Amino acid sequence: MSWKLFELLLQASLMTIFVSFISILAGLVIAIVLSAMRMSGNRWLYAGTGMFISFFRGVPLLVQLLLIFNLLPLIGITLPSLATAIIGLSLCTAAYQAENLRGGFEGVPIGLIESAEMAGFSRTQSFFWIRTPIALRMTFPALVNEAILILKASSLVSVVGLVELTKMAQNLSASTYQPLPIFASAGLIYLVINWGVAVVGRRVENALPGLPAK
Amino acid sequence: MTDAAILVKNVSKKFGDTLVLRDINLEVPRGQVSCLIGPSGSGKSTLLRCMAFLEQATSGTITIEGEPLGFVEGPNGRRLQTAAELRQTRSKIGMVFQQFNLWPHMTALGNVSASLRRVRKLSKAEAEDRAMAQLEKVGLKERAGFYPSQLSGGQQQRVAIARALALDPTIMLFDEPTSALDPELTGEVLNVMRALADEGMTMVVVTHEIGFAASVGNKICFLDHGKLLFHDTPEKVFAAPREPRLEQFLDTYLDRGAIMLR
Ligand SMILES: Nc1ncnc2c1ncn2[C@@H]1O[C@H](COP(=O)(O)OP(=O)(O)OP(=O)(O)O)[C@@H](O)[C@H]1O
Ligand SMILES: [Mg+2]
Repeated sequence: MSWKLFELLLQASLMTIFVSFISILAGLVIAIVLSAMRMSGNRWLYAGTGMFISFFRGVPLLVQLLLIFNLLPLIGITLPSLATAIIGLSLCTAAYQAENLRGGFEGVPIGLIESAEMAGFSRTQSFFWIRTPIALRMTFPALVNEAILILKASSLVSVVGLVELTKMAQNLSASTYQPLPIFASAGLIYLVINWGVAVVGRRVENALPGLPAK
Repeated sequence: MTDAAILVKNVSKKFGDTLVLRDINLEVPRGQVSCLIGPSGSGKSTLLRCMAFLEQATSGTITIEGEPLGFVEGPNGRRLQTAAELRQTRSKIGMVFQQFNLWPHMTALGNVSASLRRVRKLSKAEAEDRAMAQLEKVGLKERAGFYPSQLSGGQQQRVAIARALALDPTIMLFDEPTSALDPELTGEVLNVMRALADEGMTMVVVTHEIGFAASVGNKICFLDHGKLLFHDTPEKVFAAPREPRLEQFLDTYLDRGAIMLR
């Protein structure tokens, strides 16, 4: 297998990283909003987030992506495949991240919330300045884990026409008839990316302050 | 207009079917230190938490500087305060917890300046200036950049006191502020509280530090099984002959500074 082919795979892996990174961040923001809705005390919002989370956790990502890809044009929205891919991945990871965060929010000691209340924080202020940072800190390892899962799951977005690492490997293997070295290389690249994420994740985790005592 | 900073009137509190506070009547005059003592489970924390509306009394009223806490009197009886109204009434109260409850993701300075920035909406610089002054007051200026996990228990509790003072409350509530501390660290916290009392802060202190209560308290309130058995000056309360219940209670604390009262 030539260096040229490997370079093409590397280039495509940038797309994998880009799509995954944006989706993880967007998913995190959506997950925080979902958590806020779930904890708002409004039962409609609670039920709505419950349904959202059940759907996106219960339906295979591949099916979700195909649904979004085929549904949007029906209601008159045509998006580039990049946007479709990011929407699909973000919504899916948001559901998982919201579930992870739930554990974090439940683990915030009540005393920390009461001290925010006594310091004059409104519910919203307490949510954003106290509960969310602490919940994020407590579930940070799960976030790193989710990032790795999404990097791997991003191989599915080729179904909406995006050429990322897996799709590129498929294309190259079809045109060069060298599937083994090409898919082995692609696998290796995934491995290295995820190893990097794990290492950086652990570094960041150790550097972050803010785990509640006990 | 009464001169009471806190007026507790006929307060009872039930948790489910258990009556935890029984018809408590108590007046905390401005500028005075009232110490709440009593056996474990007697309802001290519950009473203190009611004074901050962290617990809602089942019946009775609590007035903070003349304003009903948690309720608004209207033409059709009373209604619960809105969240904003409650914050307004509570702004007179600072609270210090047994477990410090510092926010772990913020430095000492961050903990003290947070309310100034988020609630008072001061600029970062101004909030931190003021927070620094509070930290200096509790002797922790040098530790401003430390996270709670990097501070000793005594230091954490002093930061918590500085945080509670940040919004200039007129009343400070303390729930066993030294109970989670190693014995050699209680002194530094009690000294800060003593200084606060000397400045004329109105304080309610739940404590097992009988020595502190006797020397700093203007009033000693003795709770037993949810009843306020008596409240009076330390001289009177601790003078022999003592109430049998108090005597019995003090016996269990002889090793904790109450020896001076023998
Ligand atoms: N949230 C709650 N739900 C049910 N029961 C409670 C609750 N909080 C306190 N109690 C009960 O109320 C009683 C008084 O508790 P409280 O914490 O006020 O006592 P205390 O005097 O502060 O005791 P300690 O010295 O151990 O702190 C106890 O019997 C306790 O079990
Ligand atoms: Mg208690």
